[in-house]
Amino acid sequence: MTDTTQNGPMGGTPPEEKASGPMLAADGRPLKRSLNRALRRQKLRALALIAPLLIFVLVTFIAPIADMLFRSVENDIVSNTLPSTTAELKSWDHTTGQPPSEAVFEDFYFDMFAASEAKQHTRLGTRLNYEDTGVSSMFRSSGRKLDDLGKDYLKALKKIDKRWDDGAFVYSLMQGQGTPDTAVVDHSRTAIHKLTGAETAGDLGFAPSEAVAKLLPDMTRAYTDFAVYTGLVDGKDVAKEDPWESVYVGLVLDLQKADVSGYDGPGADLLKTTKADLGQIPVESLKDFFAKMDKKWIDPDIWATIQTYSPKYTSGYFLNAIDLQLTPDGIKQRDEDQQIYIMLFKRTLFMSLVITFSCIVLGYPVAWLLANLPAAKANLLMILVLLPFWTSLLVRTSAWKIMLQQQGVINDVLVWLGMVDDGHRLVMINNQFGTIVAMTHILLPFMILPLYSVMQGIPPSYLRAAKSLGATNWTAFWRVYFPQSVPGIGAGSILVFILAIGYYITPEIVGGTTGTFISNRIAYHISSSLNWGLGAALGAILLVIVLLLYWAYDRIVGIDNVKLG
Amino acid sequence: MQLTKTLLAGTALALLAGGASAMDLTFVSWGGAYQNSQLKAYVEPYVKEHPDVSVTWDESSAEAVAKLRAMNEAGNITWDLVDVVAADAIRLCDEGLAMEYDPDELLAPAPDGTPASEDFGDMIVSDCFIPQIVYSTAVGYRTDMVPEGEDPPSSICDLFDLQKYPGKRALEKRPINNMEWALYCDGVAKDDIYDVLATDEGQERALKKLDTIKSDVVWWNAGADTPQLLADGEVFMGSTYNGRLYSVIEDQHQPVGMLWDMQVFDLDGWIIPAGLPEDRLKAVEDFLKFGTDTQRLADQAKYISYGPARKSSAPLVPENMKQHMPTDPENAKNTLLYNYEFWADYRDDIDAKFQAWLAK
Repeated sequence: MTDTTQNGPMGGTPPEEKASGPMLAADGRPLKRSLNRALRRQKLRALALIAPLLIFVLVTFIAPIADMLFRSVENDIVSNTLPSTTAELKSWDHTTGQPPSEAVFEDFYFDMFAASEAKQHTRLGTRLNYEDTGVSSMFRSSGRKLDDLGKDYLKALKKIDKRWDDGAFVYSLMQGQGTPDTAVVDHSRTAIHKLTGAETAGDLGFAPSEAVAKLLPDMTRAYTDFAVYTGLVDGKDVAKEDPWESVYVGLVLDLQKADVSGYDGPGADLLKTTKADLGQIPVESLKDFFAKMDKKWIDPDIWATIQTYSPKYTSGYFLNAIDLQLTPDGIKQRDEDQQIYIMLFKRTLFMSLVITFSCIVLGYPVAWLLANLPAAKANLLMILVLLPFWTSLLVRTSAWKIMLQQQGVINDVLVWLGMVDDGHRLVMINNQFGTIVAMTHILLPFMILPLYSVMQGIPPSYLRAAKSLGATNWTAFWRVYFPQSVPGIGAGSILVFILAIGYYITPEIVGGTTGTFISNRIAYHISSSLNWGLGAALGAILLVIVLLLYWAYDRIVGIDNVKLG
Repeated sequence: MQLTKTLLAGTALALLAGGASAMDLTFVSWGGAYQNSQLKAYVEPYVKEHPDVSVTWDESSAEAVAKLRAMNEAGNITWDLVDVVAADAIRLCDEGLAMEYDPDELLAPAPDGTPASEDFGDMIVSDCFIPQIVYSTAVGYRTDMVPEGEDPPSSICDLFDLQKYPGKRALEKRPINNMEWALYCDGVAKDDIYDVLATDEGQERALKKLDTIKSDVVWWNAGADTPQLLADGEVFMGSTYNGRLYSVIEDQHQPVGMLWDMQVFDLDGWIIPAGLPEDRLKAVEDFLKFGTDTQRLADQAKYISYGPARKSSAPLVPENMKQHMPTDPENAKNTLLYNYEFWADYRDDIDAKFQAWLAK
């Protein structure tokens, strides 16, 4: 395609030759361009033909899988729920054995308050509970009590002046006079958007003045969060709503530090009297407040966990999936009594190999018979092979249960024949044996069908020729027939092995404790424990293992050597 | 063009009219005898009175939490009312997937005027949970396989006594309930069980106790497994939900007896998915007011041996069902209440240990 030749793939009439200039096609355009264009059109048409399927596969298969696998590293829930806390916590050193400073607890209070209003704090609790047992209930119960401090403060503030309880008054105080501080509002918009996922652009009708934001930073932060949440997420009129209790906590915090004497905006008089009467308010440090709710809040361990899991992406899930653990002190081996995944991966691979091998051993003679019997008999046999294939998977698995259980058909027959003592019936189910038997039976057609189609293509005259040249039956089979059937074995093995490695229902029903696969754990994490990150990590590892094995197979046997028919 | 417009307008009108008069609600439940009891006790009577409402069932309660989370992420909630166990209701509430409600506003008071919040009392274990029934996980045993000369099992610890009662046991393939029973039978006082279980040593101790019967246990995943295993004579005794055992004994007339000792009480009820559109929410709330009132919950006990969650329903339970109720004083001499708070925290941790122990 690099250069035009006289016999272009267009066929038909050869282009006219001209002594000078580029070669031209029949319509007078340069041949090269004309050709490229035709080829491009062909390609586009081909693409358009497969486009519906391609888009369908992309949208319904590739994209969801990619999205699911992405969860194995995604971890932005921590920094989205506790933005200021995680930023403030960066400089804290967990090795000191001391809880973080009061500043972290202040940030944590305001982050938690917004999160609990948006009902997101319990989600974070669930997330962190995967790493540190007991966090889930800390977040849940503390979330309920966050109001208490602000309520106590408000009660004391009301005694100083009733206006503190008036939402419209607090609104005008926060709004202040002079240039509005839009940076504070934008900060809140982003934070609340990340927290709730709701759209927080649009007209808010509130912006604190720069003077207020400077004088009362914590109160401004709490009030702006409240305003953005109430106005843009809940869709209510900010000025008419009573502010969150955290606003009063912010006020008390600010008044302890601020010098309000020079302020002259709306409500300045009230700020001054309140500052003067600050002694009437039972001020409590936030560290004490959290410690009172749950002593574990001043345990450095919980903060070390939050710190370790603050980044947006984490290797934690993948480490969990190979029996390691991401701790504040680096990567560690999991406790021995919790190690399970490596063992399950090994077991899955081993049992899949055993199942594949059993399928070859059982399927090869059947396929040989199918390929060499007269058509009428072969068809009957084929129906017998296909019949179970058309039966529901659950029915087949349950049938094996009835066959293999201790009061089941096989044991009954053996006892009746006197081969087994009634008191010592064989245990053939709820263990590896049961899984291997049931799965071999279920996957057998996937081995027989490719073998059969390959064997059908081997001319019977080869065997006859070998024998007429003096080969024994065995030599003729082993040296002549078998090598030609290897592509069928390859195709069948790949099908059976890849299907087996991801099997779920059969091991779940007949596997007991020693016959379950890694897929059963993945299913548990997806549907039961809801640790989707860990489930995704386990799935990603399984996918990589399959791809690696496929690659190795290609290197050793060659994928061209596989024949499906 | 004109035709299209007319057609469009016509369709819109038809849709509007349809929406105004008929409401098709999707209820999610467990299927089987339990869903049938809900249908008979309150869904059918309600639909009879409200012919404009129809109910479609989805038997997905076992995977309700995962499915609701997926629906929520996709931004398309197709369920209107979901039946879940209390532990799942707590998780859904934690995730913001279930709606919080005010019991006294949403639910009907008792006939004597007691407000719903008092009538249900501490059965409302989560701000989102609307309780319906009390069920229990108890043990059933084959009466014809009791060794000669022995009394039938009467204590939960007979589960661990292979000498006195040889034979296989069926236990659920998860730590919940099994760990508690193991500790109790290892000599831990009932009140201390969760304090002990919260420690590594306690968890080891429970697994050690379970080790003594491990080779004789068939582990089940679905509530229907144990009844089947008992009916086949595959196991001598096994744990499952008391309603399942009731139907093995009363409906299928199998030689199975109940061991109520240390039965673990649990709750099942409704949650309303968060973010329902206004009109559907109204329809659901209207149904709930009717479907959880005193008479309706008592009616449910006609069809299944689960106790109503309302105090005021208890006297209305039919006499012949009372002896099968987990809450019957004769059955409830020694019981345990599922500890939601504890398991919400320790479920992942202990489950990892339990599964590793199982696989050993």
